[in-house]
Amino acid sequence: MTGRDLRQKAWSAALIVLFFVAWELFCVMSGMSDLVLPRPSEVFVTLYQKFPLLWPHILQTLATTMIGFVLGVGLGVVLGAVIGVSKTAYDTAYPLLVGFSSIPKVAVVPIFVLWFGSGSVPAVLTALSICFFPIVVNIATGLATTEPELEDVLKALGASKFDILWNVGLPRTMPFFFASLKVAVSYAFVGAVLSETVASNRGIGNVMMTASSNFNVPLVFAGLFVLAGLGVALYVIFSLIEGRVTGWATRKNDLIAT
Amino acid sequence: MMRMQPHSEFSGTPVSTPAAPIAIELSDASVTFGRGERAVPALSKTTLRIADGEFVALVGPSGCGKSTILRLASGLVQPTTGVVIVGGREVAARALRVGMAFQNPTMLPWMTIERNIMLPLKIVEPFRSQFRKLRKTEYRDKANTLLEQVGLKGFGSRFPWQLSGGMLQRANLCRALIHEPRMLLLDEPFGALDQFTREELWSILQDLWMTHKATVLLVTHDLREAAFLASRICVMSARPGRIVDDSEVSFSRPRTVAMTFEPDFVALNQKLRAFIVDARSAPAEGVAS
Repeated sequence: MTGRDLRQKAWSAALIVLFFVAWELFCVMSGMSDLVLPRPSEVFVTLYQKFPLLWPHILQTLATTMIGFVLGVGLGVVLGAVIGVSKTAYDTAYPLLVGFSSIPKVAVVPIFVLWFGSGSVPAVLTALSICFFPIVVNIATGLATTEPELEDVLKALGASKFDILWNVGLPRTMPFFFASLKVAVSYAFVGAVLSETVASNRGIGNVMMTASSNFNVPLVFAGLFVLAGLGVALYVIFSLIEGRVTGWATRKNDLIAT
Repeated sequence: MMRMQPHSEFSGTPVSTPAAPIAIELSDASVTFGRGERAVPALSKTTLRIADGEFVALVGPSGCGKSTILRLASGLVQPTTGVVIVGGREVAARALRVGMAFQNPTMLPWMTIERNIMLPLKIVEPFRSQFRKLRKTEYRDKANTLLEQVGLKGFGSRFPWQLSGGMLQRANLCRALIHEPRMLLLDEPFGALDQFTREELWSILQDLWMTHKATVLLVTHDLREAAFLASRICVMSARPGRIVDDSEVSFSRPRTVAMTFEPDFVALNQKLRAFIVDARSAPAEGVAS
């Protein structure tokens, strides 16, 4: 890591600290009521005190997120592979996919609740439906950009469609795939929390909803902080995996002289 | 062997081939892409016989169907009319296992050069079934032997992005040859390289051909390249292409870049050039047929 990177990171950290300090000062100086905007220090204290109470809900939210995410990735990979292999399928299916993905998912939650009752199932399904689209698009794009010359070379060798998909198509989609994973996991998380907020009696979303109706505003904000932390953590984890698995796609920058 | 003939002349008429088996035979083969109103004739009825072990260059104006002949020979395209026989049987459904190389080296960026070169072994029998067993031993040695032949010794463990364009194109030739194909089909393989690298690769390709003895069909825009490498040059007319001239090139081998400045060689180049200038200026007559 270069000195420039370190300085950049230090500035980013400083900005975050500054944000909370400014918030704290604003609340103190304006005499803002706890019921409107609690001080961040107060939120952190609440978070610490209520953590044992929050923990099962954190697990619940993470579980629904991850189940929805895994199912969404599975569905996304299959759909992406199917429509990515053929240009016709890609062009035919794309409008429907765009149409589906542009529905605000909050509008779908009541339907899931109608079908499956409130609880974990709608949360999983919302996470799934919100996160599979970036996967589909990225897998399909990766497959569609396979060099035609290479395809000819392999076909002339007698390679089957599956040979080409397995040896060239799928590995080529990996950078696209992992790039889409970190986006998808954030989306899944949003979907799960959304659904919990609307219809569930467990999960961070529900905790915030309940706290809000009890005017326990510091707890609402504590829930928000937890969500921010989890969201960042998931994103970071998948970024790290991406860097590990598909380093070849970004390594072009540091050319070694030969 | 014809290519060993010592005299440095060329004749304008095809010399009958002495009993060498035919590697590629096009009989009245034509190709039309699309149907009905939008049909595009790519290749007029063409008859071409290439003997086993010959090195044939196809030259002609752009879009004249040179690449189409190559794709016919590889089995990637079926003739609209006529017959294409490769290696003694009609080109039906693939499994010809020819080696191909294009202008774009298309090395897979996530694999080392060595593993890129071994890719055909993963696909073609009898190598395919033993690939897991032999990829770390025999096959890797095979790849490295080839790399040594093209002057890339020790580069097997590098990644494609660590190599220059010329080096990648050498690796591309290795990949086309690793499964010991009887036939090598090259579509403007050196088109994107600078003059000096190109000349260097001509010699390398000549050496490879002289050691591996595969039949080579080379599509090129570069007349010097054709005259340097080929034992026979076919000149094609503008689209839809047909062969307008077919000449033996009997300069002795191995040929050197210095030879390309000798009068005979220059004369051959000028003759080829004249054909192509004619072909370019001729009115497009394709619609008639």
